[in-house]
Amino acid sequence: MSPVFDGKLVIALGERDGVAGPAIAACIKAAGSEVVFSATECFV
Amino acid sequence: MSNPVVSHAAQVLAHVPGLARHGSKPSRELPRNAEVREQFLGALRSFDEAVAYLPHQAYIGALHPRDLPARPWIGAGPAASRFTSGGEIMPEEEFLGLLACLDQFGLVTLDFDVAELAAAGLGGHPLAKRLDLDRLAAASGDAEAVAAEHGSLPLHVERDRLAAGFRRAHDSDDALAAAVLLENLACKATGTLAVLHLIDDHGIDPDSIDYVISCSEEAVGDRYQRGGGNMGKTIAEAAGLAQASGADVKNFCAAPVPALVIAGALVASGVFRNVVVVGGGSLPKLGMKFQGHLRNGMPVLEDVVGGSAALVTTDDGVSPVLRLDGVGRHRVEAGSSNPQIMEALGVQPLEELGLSMLDVDDYATELHNPEITEPQGSGNVPERNYKTLAALAARRGDIGREGIPQFMAERGMPGFAPTQGHLASALCYLPHAVRRLTDGDATRVHMIAKGSLFLGRMTQASDGMSVLLERNQG
Repeated sequence: MSPVFDGKLVIALGERDGVAGPAIAACIKAAGSEVVFSATECFV
Repeated sequence: MSNPVVSHAAQVLAHVPGLARHGSKPSRELPRNAEVREQFLGALRSFDEAVAYLPHQAYIGALHPRDLPARPWIGAGPAASRFTSGGEIMPEEEFLGLLACLDQFGLVTLDFDVAELAAAGLGGHPLAKRLDLDRLAAASGDAEAVAAEHGSLPLHVERDRLAAGFRRAHDSDDALAAAVLLENLACKATGTLAVLHLIDDHGIDPDSIDYVISCSEEAVGDRYQRGGGNMGKTIAEAAGLAQASGADVKNFCAAPVPALVIAGALVASGVFRNVVVVGGGSLPKLGMKFQGHLRNGMPVLEDVVGGSAALVTTDDGVSPVLRLDGVGRHRVEAGSSNPQIMEALGVQPLEELGLSMLDVDDYATELHNPEITEPQGSGNVPERNYKTLAALAARRGDIGREGIPQFMAERGMPGFAPTQGHLASALCYLPHAVRRLTDGDATRVHMIAKGSLFLGRMTQASDGMSVLLERNQG
């Protein structure tokens, strides 16, 4: 587990043309942390 | 099976600085800060400035987006005409009059002076014969008293002059609140104006239209069925298409391309001969990026609602063919990163037809005007898409890495559409595409639209669709 995320609860907010929320969430989960909410936003 | 073609397209803008405060962002921000409200009102454009703004001229078809000069575009355009063959930019008093003409439920009460101005403007309008101008007199009255009623909205012109009162239609149904109905009526009006230009400017018989598909963004309905629709038939009636019926295609900003594909399929299968695809404007998006504009000393650029309409019909041997074998869809399993979406929409359909990415002359993607989006930190949306497409072309070996800038410059274009997602999503390029594929030297135009489904909190997925337009071989 990455010490950065150790024991942390994570909110993952993605951006439509960048990295989507679920992709961020997958990375966080792979790092061993818990994602409590993920969403993607659109800014246009 | 007959090849469906896109024979004509029309595009309109209504310059509505007075309505800009009713956009979603300003309606939340202005009431809580008087100083910001003053700055906002002081940064609204005049009608002449809006008409001269070069991206608006590109939107109504007066110049191709690749002929736009280098930015800044603010203040760069010479005095220009509000009309083109197939479009216009309508001033606010006329647009308020149009709202009143199309209002069947006594929602709009126009101030007497504004009603007179609207009557004079619309009375001399090229489309006057297709409007019920008698409604203007019936809709004029004590706007101040109506605006003061519980649940009503005041509408303004010239910075802060009361122009109309707009009533709610129900005392407890949020779906029929004044703000919602104003959005819906503005959408109906811009969509209707676009359809009227489509048929009138191009000599199309209104009675020849069988069906109208709306790809507009607004949700028309009541509390028991929010978003029930049907803007398609609403606009058909308003535009005098007496033999038509209609329906809506909803898919966030991506809706125009599925609407075109469905229209093409209806024509190709023989179900209907003439299908209009229409998108009315999105009032909630007015002033969406105003904070960035004020911060940078710019005018509030999101002060126009747009409209777009196109006719999909049977093969006439001349008009661009809507290739139903060249449709790209974003499958559930495709992944939602921008490269994955662009590969599904921009590359795979070409590969299935045995075409390279260089066989497409113009890629029409999300053509949001970057002069609007960049000051608020939203970047240059079309440029991002063209970089992705060019990178995919390089990966396929269609071009070398050094060819990426040339690919972007020659097959892409600057964004020129107002930030009303569905209009920016390829639909705004249709008049240019029709011209380029008939009088111009293009062979293929790829129309690519994306939609942010995740915003509705029912799925984490995106969607998108693409379709190829091709020069008719006669």
